[in-house]
Amino acid sequence: MTALCDLSLTALSRALARGEHESSAATEACLARAADTKGLGAYLLIDAEGARRQAAAADLRCRAGQRLGPLDGVPLALKDIFLTAGLKTTCGSRILEDFVAPYDATVVRRLKDAGAVVLGKLSMDEFAMGSSNEHCAFGPAKNPWDPTRVPGGSSGGSAVAVASGSAFAALGTDTGGSIRQPAALCGVVGLKPTYGRVSRYGVIAFASSLDQVGPITKDVSDCALLLETIAGHDPKDSTSAPVLAASATEGLEAGVKGLKLGVPKEYFVAGIDPEVRTAVERAIATYAGLGADIVEVSLPHTEYAIATYYLIATAEASSNLARYDGVRFGLRRDPGRGVRDMYLQTRARGFGPEVKRRIVLGTYVLSAGYYEAYYDRAQKVRTLIRRDFAAAFAKADLLVTPTSPTPAFRLGARLADPLQMYLADIFTVGCNLAGIPGLSLPCGFANDGMPIGLQLLGPAWSEATLTRAGRAYEREHDWSRRRPPLARP
Amino acid sequence: MSFEAVIGLEVHAQLLTRSKLFCGCATAFGASPNVHTCEVCLGMPGALPVLNREAVTLAVRAALALDCTVHERSQWARKNYFYPDLPKGYQISQFDRPLATHGHLDLEVEGSARTIDILRIHMEEDAGKNVHDDVLAGSRSYVDFNRGGVPLIEIVGAPQIRSGAEAAAYMRELRRTLRFLDVCDGNLEEGSLRCDANVSIRKVGATTLGTRTELKNINSFRFVAAAIDFEIHRQIAVVEAGDAVVQETRLWDAQAKVTRAMRSKEEAHDYRYFPDPDLPDLVLTAAAIHSARATLPELPAAKKERFVDALGLTAYDAALLTEEPELCRFFEAAVAGHKNAKGIANWILNELLREARGQPLAALKLTPESLAELVRLIDDGTISGKIAKDLFAELVTAGGAPAALVKERGLAQLVDTAGIEATVDAVLAANAGSVAAYRAGKTNILGFLVGQVMKASGGKANPKIVNEVLRRRLG
Repeated sequence: MTALCDLSLTALSRALARGEHESSAATEACLARAADTKGLGAYLLIDAEGARRQAAAADLRCRAGQRLGPLDGVPLALKDIFLTAGLKTTCGSRILEDFVAPYDATVVRRLKDAGAVVLGKLSMDEFAMGSSNEHCAFGPAKNPWDPTRVPGGSSGGSAVAVASGSAFAALGTDTGGSIRQPAALCGVVGLKPTYGRVSRYGVIAFASSLDQVGPITKDVSDCALLLETIAGHDPKDSTSAPVLAASATEGLEAGVKGLKLGVPKEYFVAGIDPEVRTAVERAIATYAGLGADIVEVSLPHTEYAIATYYLIATAEASSNLARYDGVRFGLRRDPGRGVRDMYLQTRARGFGPEVKRRIVLGTYVLSAGYYEAYYDRAQKVRTLIRRDFAAAFAKADLLVTPTSPTPAFRLGARLADPLQMYLADIFTVGCNLAGIPGLSLPCGFANDGMPIGLQLLGPAWSEATLTRAGRAYEREHDWSRRRPPLARP
Repeated sequence: MSFEAVIGLEVHAQLLTRSKLFCGCATAFGASPNVHTCEVCLGMPGALPVLNREAVTLAVRAALALDCTVHERSQWARKNYFYPDLPKGYQISQFDRPLATHGHLDLEVEGSARTIDILRIHMEEDAGKNVHDDVLAGSRSYVDFNRGGVPLIEIVGAPQIRSGAEAAAYMRELRRTLRFLDVCDGNLEEGSLRCDANVSIRKVGATTLGTRTELKNINSFRFVAAAIDFEIHRQIAVVEAGDAVVQETRLWDAQAKVTRAMRSKEEAHDYRYFPDPDLPDLVLTAAAIHSARATLPELPAAKKERFVDALGLTAYDAALLTEEPELCRFFEAAVAGHKNAKGIANWILNELLREARGQPLAALKLTPESLAELVRLIDDGTISGKIAKDLFAELVTAGGAPAALVKERGLAQLVDTAGIEATVDAVLAANAGSVAAYRAGKTNILGFLVGQVMKASGGKANPKIVNEVLRRRLG
């Protein structure tokens, strides 16, 4: 029999609605699973007491016939980048090790208002900078399919928790692939919505023009359900769009017949693992079999995407991270030799090496004499990349690509070579640069048992089409229903 | 060798909004430290800015009044530097795409007209304030973020000013304009209007600019001219001694009346400006700019001209009345109630300012409407000037409606000739000596007799009629 915490979010929600299960039991199951899988390092903080309280309240509502909606009583967890009032929010960094959030991020507020149970805070690369979760100041999270491998990053803890059943779903953030890549590496579903679809208020900023909040879930239906709750205009975020996008839950089962799926030829060249390539090509064949039209498209500026991304993201990060100065909150190291020394010591002690690397890079990119050559030029290339996608979407409704060029790699394998690490994002960064939505879902396993992810990209506000197409594929395979060995009871 | 100075002023004006530029916190001055703060203006993790449109309205009004081109699209930029009073480690400002450019300010310096070009006006948020408290143990410093995030405009003037006096005149005209627009309260001491000056010198006739210094901390009108003139003379002395002026930031020391160089380390900044990704471009429609222009209030210079041309005031009075918006509004509101502008101007400039003793006019009980009524009562002969003066003092401290008070207390002038004749006859009978003296040619004694009649009538007799009757009786 399946353990309660191995149900999908949708299945649990229905069971709660019918009174077949209680939120408290589901919450206990997640807490127990979290304890059993502690070695995976998914959680940085478990708020068992708070979760139990919220679950009890949800059960009372449910029994009184006052269930708030499909998320009421569903135990979820949050990447530790979301400010959660009264809970420590570390962003995976020493500099915020003891920082207790003074307010709720808008998405956290929306989840709480929907009755969701917040289990705790999930591991991540420090300030969301990384593709392996190894840059977390409090130790790496590990891939539940093989704990000697990375779970991907930066939302690694989120993907691990969902894959291993210690949360029914999680929220992550995606700046260059940080939701989709760990989802792919852990065999779960991850969506990066259109820029502006979900509020960034209360989400610790890495690169403001690229960051976007999204769900990491066990399957596509769960993903659509969670997106509906967190999406929508927020007057506190000036970049949140007052757009009423199509519902991702309605028409989810409508299939892909007649849908034009574009295959960007630049995404199937050197560097891609043969097993990944084969799995994605099989998925494309599945789509063709379901009645989708497969067309080849071109994204000619793909080769510049990584460079462009690392110039823009680091520039914005260097400025976004200036507020961690020891003056108002977070770590302060003050040897008493003046404010300059306090800054130096605080930031030297508080930030890890990858964060420092990116601050230095971003500071350089914006410096007098280099701005035009780097930042300004990168913005121009960003425009070209946007146009590439616009041209591709003139020919195709969605694009189909691999999410990551390889399955999960071994812990430590790329730590010494940042450039190699950065290439893990090669298929995901374009989506952020263009501000469009991208969905990653499982499309098979490599011979060594590691999951492989399929990426669907769509034009702005096309989340409903993405989840519909994802769901169509998901119905044909059981990849999403497979659970890693550690999660089996 | 003779030199001329080249001076450009950068003026920061705090906009009169109730809330800050990017959050809902109050902008009120004088609260306990850090009361007016929130996660946004404290730069807490995850907090994001949302633009206060009211600040934009005020900034646009200022830009249009200074005849600038207001751009339909301008851009927010981050100015990056570390300082404890700067919570985010960057200031949200505008850089290469400011709100407005190409304006000018017309002013009068010692009687002659001058025009100083305005290069640009951009919007930005203010920083907090570092507090160094020696009373507390050690050398601790504190930061008060109440001011952090308050909306400012920076008005960058062209380097066309030639002296401290011109700089002071520019500041005064700018202050007057901003105050009449209700854009800024112009309070230098509280820092709601701040001035930095770029000063350089060159040989007369030279076309290139000399090395400039930047003067900061000029927080009083008295200091604008003094600081700049000091700096001009200092630079001339440096050059005449065969040395070169060093490009640096200097602070005005108001006690010692000198400028002093700041430590150069503090100013070696590369601000790494870049567009703020948290804020969309500031977009104004042509229609919105047009309507802002159409609803601009009349500016003080235009008011002054109108007061002379249409209301018949002297240039001097018109200038006084257009110095302060509060005074000017009082005047115009009173004139709206009674058309004798000259009379009202005299009452305001002579009596009201004296009675006010520096208090704000709003604190007085006298309203413009009651002043208008008072002057009307004089003009239509209902009360005498003497009665009016007594009544005025009471209106200032206790308020009330002049016409009602006159009626209630029977203060109306006696204009009934028969009644006055009777009083005159009684006074003449009682002052036979004076009558004889008058008839003997000592005609200046008439004034004394008028006074006696007025006194006998309790000040109410119409002096004109009293004069006539007296002359007739004595004639």
